[in-house]
Amino acid sequence: MITPKLKIRELRKTYGPVVALAGANLEMPEGEFLTLLGPSGSGKTTLLMMIAGLVQPDSGEVWIDGKLATYAPPHKRDIGVVFQNYALFPHLTVFENIAFPLRMRGMRASEIRREVGRVLELVQLAEVGERLPRALSGGQQQRIALARCIVYRPSIVLMDEPLGALDKKLRDQMKLEIKRLHDELGITVLYVTHDQEEAMVMSDRICLMNQARIEQIGTPAELYFRPQTIFAADFLGESNLFDAVVEREEGAEVELSSAAGGTIRLARDPHRSFSRGEAVKVMVRPETVSVLDNGKTADNIVEGRVTDAILVGGVTKYYARLADGTQISATDLTRGPLAPIVRGSEIRFGWPKGGGVILPVREQGL
Amino acid sequence: MTHGFAGDLQAVGAAKYRPRPAWKRLWPIYPILAFLLALFVYPVVQLLSLSVFTPNGGLTADHYERLFASPVYLQVLRNTLEIAGWTTLLCIVGGYPIAYLLATTERGTRNRLILWVLLPFWTSFLVRTFAWIVLLGRRGAINGALQALGITDQPIALLYNMTGVMVGMVHAMMPLAVLTMLSVMENIDRNLMPAASTLGARGGQAFWRIYFPLSLPGVAAAGLLVFITSLGFFITPALLGSPRETMITQVIIQQVEEMLNYPFAGAIAMLLLATALVVFYLYDRALGMSTLAGSATTGQRGADERGRLGAGFAWIGTIMVAVFGKLSDGIAILWEKAMGSRADRPPRASGRVALRMAVLLLLIFLAGPSFFIIPVSFTTEGFIEWPPQLFSLKWYGAILDHPQWIPAITRSLVVGFLTACLAMAIGAPAAFFLARQRFFAKTAALAFILSPLILPRIVIAVALFYLYARVGLIGTELGLIFGHTVLALPYVVITIMAVLKNYDQRLDHAAASLGASPPRVLWYITIPLIRSGLIAAFLFAFVTSFDELTIALFVSSGLATTLPKQMWDDAILKVSPTLAAVSTLLLVFVTVVILAAEYMQRRAAARS
Repeated sequence: MITPKLKIRELRKTYGPVVALAGANLEMPEGEFLTLLGPSGSGKTTLLMMIAGLVQPDSGEVWIDGKLATYAPPHKRDIGVVFQNYALFPHLTVFENIAFPLRMRGMRASEIRREVGRVLELVQLAEVGERLPRALSGGQQQRIALARCIVYRPSIVLMDEPLGALDKKLRDQMKLEIKRLHDELGITVLYVTHDQEEAMVMSDRICLMNQARIEQIGTPAELYFRPQTIFAADFLGESNLFDAVVEREEGAEVELSSAAGGTIRLARDPHRSFSRGEAVKVMVRPETVSVLDNGKTADNIVEGRVTDAILVGGVTKYYARLADGTQISATDLTRGPLAPIVRGSEIRFGWPKGGGVILPVREQGL
Repeated sequence: MTHGFAGDLQAVGAAKYRPRPAWKRLWPIYPILAFLLALFVYPVVQLLSLSVFTPNGGLTADHYERLFASPVYLQVLRNTLEIAGWTTLLCIVGGYPIAYLLATTERGTRNRLILWVLLPFWTSFLVRTFAWIVLLGRRGAINGALQALGITDQPIALLYNMTGVMVGMVHAMMPLAVLTMLSVMENIDRNLMPAASTLGARGGQAFWRIYFPLSLPGVAAAGLLVFITSLGFFITPALLGSPRETMITQVIIQQVEEMLNYPFAGAIAMLLLATALVVFYLYDRALGMSTLAGSATTGQRGADERGRLGAGFAWIGTIMVAVFGKLSDGIAILWEKAMGSRADRPPRASGRVALRMAVLLLLIFLAGPSFFIIPVSFTTEGFIEWPPQLFSLKWYGAILDHPQWIPAITRSLVVGFLTACLAMAIGAPAAFFLARQRFFAKTAALAFILSPLILPRIVIAVALFYLYARVGLIGTELGLIFGHTVLALPYVVITIMAVLKNYDQRLDHAAASLGASPPRVLWYITIPLIRSGLIAAFLFAFVTSFDELTIALFVSSGLATTLPKQMWDDAILKVSPTLAAVSTLLLVFVTVVILAAEYMQRRAAARS
């Protein structure tokens, strides 16, 4: 069995009465890009800081590269951190900033020169070595912070919202840059963000956090199409949520009844079971809901009056109100100008059995 | 279309909306500049020129020849430099840990601890000096304790020698050093030390290689301010030292008060001033004046901008810093080995605890002594001793019976109040202007307004004395108010500028866009929001005047005695328990004022 690069067991932190992180468990294999995603105050930065050794946990364990490191000081952990504001040392040149971790490790001057040169090439900033950090643009500072972090090949690279201070265009560019470095170097990256797009684009797996606990861990696709909680469904992308009651589970199918759409039939998730009469929510992504023309049918059909139809280029977003007042949204291919669907039209929406997810309504956790 | 519209606008507004010429726009700083020119620059220049001109208008070097001919004055200059130098060194070494702890601790703790630095900072020098007499005297608290513990059987001489002077001076100057270093340290990014540690640096390396170099501008600025201020001291050496510790200011006082020799006093003042300027010059060469402002904290100038001198310093600095880092880490490693550090249990924060202990002791040294005055004021004996024989209120009664104390207290209150009013009236517009407008000579104007802080007070005092003697302001309240306003103006301007720096000017813009004229914006929006800051500035100006001795020493001339002047006169004759009683009253009063000002400033900060 391969030792995971990072293993977190029941890690817990409280600040007085406030629980910052309630018993988190997590494992990262070598080379993975894992993102801690969640709203502010969800505990993701606390978790990162405890892995870095900058915050002391109340209980639990942190294992880095097979070594127990729960209370080890940061400088003995073999980790690298890219801080939100980069934390470049303002009085040292770019070269000296990158050389700093190597000097701390007692490396010889000639090797230091070679290694610093290597990473500067890697981040495509070979010519700025003798400048001071504040003479660089935001994007360049970001790359230097990355270079300083990877130059000593730490077991894990931790990144705390590293793109937060950049504008949109630069952010998109750096996203791909970081991804490229990750692929090229095979480094293990733990990344913190509250930006779901960032998380989806970059991650191998996403660890979704909410209210001081881990909500769900999975690949971006799993999180998007198979959310396990209402929060997960709501936080990532757009979603339709219907109140429903489980009627029966039969073979590969679950039958539910809902005020919004009568009977709903969905494919059964083999890992989950629901009892008859249980109140649940049914989540359907707008893009799996399609507008049904006359004569077309689907596994599940609801009728509604269109309140808005917004043309977004190739697709059109439809917003409609069902008979009982429930809102539904659908994203479908844009129709030609001859048969437009306009505000006030009565239309049918449908989605397949496999397009809905049943979510438990009961409160998570305590 | 567009053209026509613009043309119309131009036709209507041409006369009304022309940009105002620069000389009109600058009106807010005219009063302060005029005031300082008349009551600061003119008298000082005149005093100094007195030393080089004969009464007939010819040039003369007589006074300087006399100055350099006699070994006495050079010895005094050497004394002064030596005392100022040691004071600076000790203040930096002692003040650095305090500033470091304040800058790196949580906000709540910082706000609680900083009061213990601010209190002594604003407590009267005289009161604090008396406190050391109580503590260090032959029958003082320290000798009493030493003898009671059996460590010595004879009292040790702690007073009226170099020890006494150094203790008093360091105590007097350390708050200034702490506050100056703190202002720089607070701007150091708090993420840098954690970043260094994640990159593999132990605490020692992280501190010496990262934090210490970044805090150096603060250290240098503190050193400069402490040294310059120390050069002009006379209360401490006069009351805690012997003739061997005579400092240059005492000689100036002697020349004016006893010899009435203004030209020679001017020559000595020139010597003092020249010394200060040389120090400034060296500072500027080595570090650059801009570091004084505290804003240039994000590092020294780039390697290429540094002179050869600077590069040499930098090279030595790099090596020093690395060696210090290795040394402290060596100690830390030994300590860890001894204590046993493991990854499976929380570490003990030994370094932090040691720092806290050191700071606690330093804060006791700073804030503690003044309180020893209080019990002494209730003694039944006629002299100061420790422990005092309690309990009697007769020394408070003596204040009432004495013909001088009550008028002196009243005069100090009135002069303080009017000084604060005048300083606010002249200083506030200038502060608004400097904080908000751009203009070419902004830095120069600010430097000029702050220069009364830097120039030794004695020079201003003697200069004003000479000026007042000719215009009949000696012994008048007006003369005192003018003099004190010169000293209070820098504090007023700094305080108001600091408050405005945190003020969101978009609020003013919003009000203006909603239709408020500039005066209305000021009255309805700005002033209500920074009211607490304005009150704080007023109180600082008041305390500056209320506690001022140097100018009062000359200008009041025994006719219009202020409280500090009366205390000084009394202390020169004999340090009696009456002084302890007055000091206690003063201590309580200043404490209340400072706490009020501090509270106001915090409220201002919380609101803007």
